[in-house]
Amino acid sequence: MSSENLDIAYVAKLARIALTDDEVERFGAQLGDLLGHVATLADLDLDSIPATAQVVESRNVVREDCERPSLDRETVLNGAPQRQGAFVRVPRIIGQA
Amino acid sequence: MATIAKSAAEIARAVNARECSAREMIDATMARIEAVEPQVGAYLSVLERQARESADALDARIAAGERFPLAGVPLAVKDNLALEGTVTTCGSKMLERWVAPYTATAVRSMLAAGAIPVGKANMDEFAMGSSCENSALGVTRNPYDLQRVPGGSSGGSAASVAAHEATIALGSDTGGSIREPAAFCNLVGFKPTYGRISRYGLIAFASSLDQIGPLARSVEDAALAYDAMAGFDPMDATSLDRAVEPTAGTLREDLHGLRIGVVKQFDTHKLGADIDDVYDRALHDLEALGAEIVEVELPTADYGLATYYLIAPAECSSNLARFDGVRYGLRVEGADVAEMNERTRAAGFGPEVKRRILIGTYALSSGYYDAYYVRAQKARTLVARDFAKAFEKCDLIAAPATSSPAFRFKSKSDPYSMYLMDYYTIPMSLAGLPALSVPCGWVSPEEGGPPMPLGLQLTAPLFAERPLLAAAHAYERATMHAAKHETQLPEAAR
Repeated sequence: MSSENLDIAYVAKLARIALTDDEVERFGAQLGDLLGHVATLADLDLDSIPATAQVVESRNVVREDCERPSLDRETVLNGAPQRQGAFVRVPRIIGQA
Repeated sequence: MATIAKSAAEIARAVNARECSAREMIDATMARIEAVEPQVGAYLSVLERQARESADALDARIAAGERFPLAGVPLAVKDNLALEGTVTTCGSKMLERWVAPYTATAVRSMLAAGAIPVGKANMDEFAMGSSCENSALGVTRNPYDLQRVPGGSSGGSAASVAAHEATIALGSDTGGSIREPAAFCNLVGFKPTYGRISRYGLIAFASSLDQIGPLARSVEDAALAYDAMAGFDPMDATSLDRAVEPTAGTLREDLHGLRIGVVKQFDTHKLGADIDDVYDRALHDLEALGAEIVEVELPTADYGLATYYLIAPAECSSNLARFDGVRYGLRVEGADVAEMNERTRAAGFGPEVKRRILIGTYALSSGYYDAYYVRAQKARTLVARDFAKAFEKCDLIAAPATSSPAFRFKSKSDPYSMYLMDYYTIPMSLAGLPALSVPCGWVSPEEGGPPMPLGLQLTAPLFAERPLLAAAHAYERATMHAAKHETQLPEAAR
């Protein structure tokens, strides 16, 4: 566990956040610092320990596949930044030929 | 006569008995909000019209013979909880104008019990922070010293109740976000067992840790709110499908027969003589009430913070991927979809949210997943096992809620120093345990200013909310620390 491989610009690309040069420098230093702190987990012997994703009893939940009321379409569409008729409007995703 | 300084239990009794109408309660609360809100800043929006309409509707039902456990109780709702038709911002520019299309189950339960939402409370952006300073939309001040933070992330919730701008507030707690602001604002703040209260309608931060709970001026009020909200909800796949025992009717006045564990690793000497004295006295008071104090060990306590600051950011990076400029709130245009996503998220998220998304993305990225995320999940197993072992020797665990009282604005500029505020609350969150903070004394900060409150954190085994609240009530009634100092605001009418 080491922070020397932290390429903040690459991680920002994965996270889809545009960073300024100042942010790259500042967040890079702050996150390097945090990774230094979390490196203490290397002290624990965890080889035979199972991972915990959920602490309380949990099971897969399914429901009957039947019709039930849903949220009002107009109301939900109005929460989107741009709409067109009954659709959410997005920029072109498929490239032009 | 509507008296906003009364408890939720007293208000509900008076409104049900028609000694005072819900409408009078809401009018009095709105007058209080108008008087003190410019100094406190607890709310991002005040629901004046809706609250008056709800109050009138409730009064009509009470006149027709119905009764409600929280009749007419003014309620603050943290602004990461959906309430249909209200702007629900999460304290973020991303959702600054987003209107919730439905109501969270927890809020719906409080409405059904007769509580009346009066405002949406300020918070650290997306519930990430311990001071409320990370809100992109407003500043909230601590009513006990307006130069100090109210705590966070449920800072507006805490400030609203401490300032008598609400009687109960709903908050959410991921690593301490109910307990820490409650301690800072002289309140009871209660995080139930993970899954006890439905998270449907709570905008997700870290789904395996997030839990809704109440902040109130007494244990009894917190218990009434818990009783109203706890229970299975098919809309939340992690909701607990097991019977809930009502708690408000089983509160105790003594602690006979109870073993209370003190954690060897939580040495309060290092917090300074004044704070150490407060916690020492709390243990003596618990003993005087009949409890047997026993020492327990949490060997992995010091690893909680590291574990949390991998798991919570990892889950946050996944949960907040939905804010992409397409479905909710803000969009900043770009040449293509990727640029639109990147610009939207750059403009919509503040620095702390960006930091956590980045750290989480890194911890989950190819090549680092096992070294960081999986390792943290294994450490989480050890933390939970430590607690299970400790609870073989005791019924409850007593610990500080925070390592200091509320601090001044801008005094924690380094992110890690802010993360350290959650040192005492994070292990319980990792283990999913029910825990609360109850006022336990006051200290005069070294840098000056009025005395500030501290909180005693009590923790119970999974599902043991009833003995937890019962014991906290006995301690509260015997010590009455909350009543020893007033806020810096004009006194609320009694």
